[in-house]
Amino acid sequence: MEYVIILISAILVNNIVLAQFLGICPFLGVSTKIETAVGMGASVLFVMTLATIVTFLIQQYVLTPLNLVFLQTISFILIIAALVQMLEIILKKASPALYQALGIYLPLITTNCAVLGVAILVIKNEYNLVESVVFTMATSIGFALALVIFSGIREQLAIAEVPKGLNGMPIALITAGILAMAFMGFAGLV
Amino acid sequence: MNQLNNFTKGLLRENPILVLLLGTCPTLAVTSSAVNGLGMGLATTFVLFMSNVFISMVKGFVPDKVRIPAFIVVIASFVTVVDLLMQAYTPGLSSQLGIFIPLIVVNCIVLGRAEAFAAKNNVFSSFIDGMGMGLGFTLALVIMGSIREMLGAGAIFGFKFIPETADGALIFILAPGAFITLGFMIAILKKINKPS
Repeated sequence: MEYVIILISAILVNNIVLAQFLGICPFLGVSTKIETAVGMGASVLFVMTLATIVTFLIQQYVLTPLNLVFLQTISFILIIAALVQMLEIILKKASPALYQALGIYLPLITTNCAVLGVAILVIKNEYNLVESVVFTMATSIGFALALVIFSGIREQLAIAEVPKGLNGMPIALITAGILAMAFMGFAGLV
Repeated sequence: MNQLNNFTKGLLRENPILVLLLGTCPTLAVTSSAVNGLGMGLATTFVLFMSNVFISMVKGFVPDKVRIPAFIVVIASFVTVVDLLMQAYTPGLSSQLGIFIPLIVVNCIVLGRAEAFAAKNNVFSSFIDGMGMGLGFTLALVIMGSIREMLGAGAIFGFKFIPETADGALIFILAPGAFITLGFMIAILKKINKPS
């Protein structure tokens, strides 16, 4: 039951993009087509889950016992950057098909603040390892969901007639605002 | 003259948030009030000019291949300094801004300026550039925080100017208001910079 609550709250109620404002750059950047949105969503799911597991173990077994918690920010960002690099190299050799699908999104993910944000949030919320994994996967599903919905809207928006001054980024942001309003409707769920 | 130009470009013409569209995550997240915007802006400004100065000092020794990781370590160190200082001296603000202080590390503005400016220019210009960009960021955050606080709570910097029993349009303090306010601010600045 606890896991279900974590799942629903991370996907819908506290949606990472629309309620917590993490990962806005890729949300605005790669959401012009549905296919790219799906690719980005899948890559984030993959990297975020892996990164959270590694950072969680590092925090638990290295930083806390050695009293080095103040190094959290530095060590986490280096771990994430190294992980993304490694993943790129491994995927290239081990699974060229997957590399083809995710390849272009991987470098972008290092600068996605959602990955570091979730790694820190998991520690802040004091989850155990299983809860952390559930939370991370739910969060990235929420990210993918927001991305896909938004890219669908933007495909429509591209052919709509928008007031001249609002063309481009302003109307995208206002649309995102209305989408966020819709997601607020889930607030009563948990 | 050139240095003055370096300084002022960050304020309006190349404003990092409103024109370059960098660092949108903290912008949307922390501007529910003017004070929060100011705190976040100053913290980022500090990181920005310290890392700019430091990177332009060490740029000669760092091999090109490991440039980006080296920059990230420098930035992360200064972010940790700010985080610890704020926890010690402004605990209230620190808990309000929450995880967005450590997240200054991945704020594209900081790494962007390091890569685009500090890695190519001398220490003094980098310092000026960092200050200008940081203050431009702060300015945008404070303006946006003020607008949202005024519309959403009927207050400015915590002073309520509407009757005590009345409420503002709460939606502007919540998530949707952040997106909508930023959208309109970008549209307005586009008009100022490029009057058609």
